[in-house]
Amino acid sequence: MRGRWRGVKYDFDWSVLWSGESGGWLLQGILTTLEISALAWLLAVALGILSGAMRTVPFAPLRAIATFYVEFFRNVPILVWMFFWYFGVPPLLPHAIRDWLFNHGAEFWAGMFALGVYHGARMSEVIRSGIQSIPKTQFEASMAMGLTVWQAYWLVIVPVALRLIVPPATNESLNLLKNSSVALTISVAELTFQTRQIETYTAKAIEALTAGTLIYLVLCVSIAIIMARIERRFAIPGLIARVGAG
Amino acid sequence: MKNSTAIEFRQVNKWFGKLHVLRDFSLKIDPGEVVVVCGPSGSGKSTLIRCVNRLEPIQSGEIIVLGESITQPGVNLSSLRARVGIVFQSFNLFPHMTALENIMLAPVKVRGLTRDEAEKTARALLERVGIPEKANNYPANLSGGQQQRVAIARALAMQPAIMLFDEPTSALDPEMINEVLDVMTDLAKEGMTMIVITHEMGFAKRVARRIVFMDEGQVIEEGGPDSFFDAPKFDRTRQFLSKILSH
Ligand SMILES: Nc1ncnc2c1ncn2[C@@H]1O[C@H](COP(=O)(O)OP(=O)(O)OP(=O)(O)O)[C@@H](O)[C@H]1O
Ligand SMILES: [Mg+2]
Repeated sequence: MRGRWRGVKYDFDWSVLWSGESGGWLLQGILTTLEISALAWLLAVALGILSGAMRTVPFAPLRAIATFYVEFFRNVPILVWMFFWYFGVPPLLPHAIRDWLFNHGAEFWAGMFALGVYHGARMSEVIRSGIQSIPKTQFEASMAMGLTVWQAYWLVIVPVALRLIVPPATNESLNLLKNSSVALTISVAELTFQTRQIETYTAKAIEALTAGTLIYLVLCVSIAIIMARIERRFAIPGLIARVGAG
Repeated sequence: MKNSTAIEFRQVNKWFGKLHVLRDFSLKIDPGEVVVVCGPSGSGKSTLIRCVNRLEPIQSGEIIVLGESITQPGVNLSSLRARVGIVFQSFNLFPHMTALENIMLAPVKVRGLTRDEAEKTARALLERVGIPEKANNYPANLSGGQQQRVAIARALAMQPAIMLFDEPTSALDPEMINEVLDVMTDLAKEGMTMIVITHEMGFAKRVARRIVFMDEGQVIEEGGPDSFFDAPKFDRTRQFLSKILSH
């Protein structure tokens, strides 16, 4: 191995990361990554809670709709969803809306939707398993005091389930952030897109990729820390030990 | 409208799939009456009281609660359940709410009280079950006996006319059983209509007006505590009594 590399010389030049326009690009990339991930996360959580809860209700048609959503969206690669929402959906829209979209970053919205619906389907499974870990008697007690099914879910079942699933939900949230890099394939100028742009302009691949790697690492670790705080803040007394051990 | 009967089961049949759990079950309970139901495991006791507030549907027959048939379609379940409180063996308090919040939930969400009104009632109820100082405890930080008393307060917060108890003390350590039975005894003295599934025969002797022994989904024998315990008519009752009284 060494022999093959003998004589090869690579001049590291870390200044490419901040000289010229690079610094601005990186910053822009971070912001776009955070923005698309945050919006997609909200969509994923909303879809995940709704469909995850629907999969457990005592009403077959609702369960069927939610099951269809989950199986359809999580079993198609995220890249295909990006292409679908970017190339497939706009032509189906009315002219006015399509024109507006292409003037307002259609690729961003397509990427956001793809990420949101794909991870919503995966989040749904996490939430469903949380709900199913709650004893059925909790639901019965809610019904017995006169709450409607909707109230029982909104006031009792979902709030307890959400507290139980913070660790797997964190995992899924990190996957979402990392998968936002796939949006570069439909030209969303997110972090990976920008590091590749720096690489193209400066021919300094290692520096650019190192910067990208470290930034993703910092973002992910920060999110994990925030989620751990949320977990502790909202822990249910008596269930702390179980969740901590799990 | 005056109800001469609080609860009436008329020829009730209930199946779980092929399992015939209640068989032509008939029973009348007067307002203010305390009825203890006992019987072997699997005889259908829990199912029976769960039918009273429609946690379980029945397949034939009729159940009339406070003058209204509740087994017809189109019954207002929320208002039925507001009038019929139920206390479970496993307490079933909501773990993410304090004792006070557990008690306030239904009055606010179902009866539409303001939070202030509901809190006042909830504190008064905690006083009544003897643990006003535990208002801000989460269920995990209460003993079993205290949790069950909060569960009773939670059911009472809806101002029910009928209370159902499904083995309220059988998940409790022996030293906590009496604190719960005392609350139930007070409730009975105040004139609450109650169906109590329990094997606490001391409680049955002291508090019940009638004791119903059921097996395989039917009433085998019923009577006032004196005749029931001292002169049971049927062998099956005698066998059952000797089993539980020897414990
Ligand atoms: N949801 C259900 N689905 C199917 N079978 C059920 C269901 N609930 C109860 N059963 C069955 O119905 C029968 C009566 O059950 P039930 O819980 O009413 O008995 P029980 O008299 O309360 O017994 P225990 O003293 O053990 O509480 C049992 O054989 C039980 O297995
Ligand atoms: Mg039972």
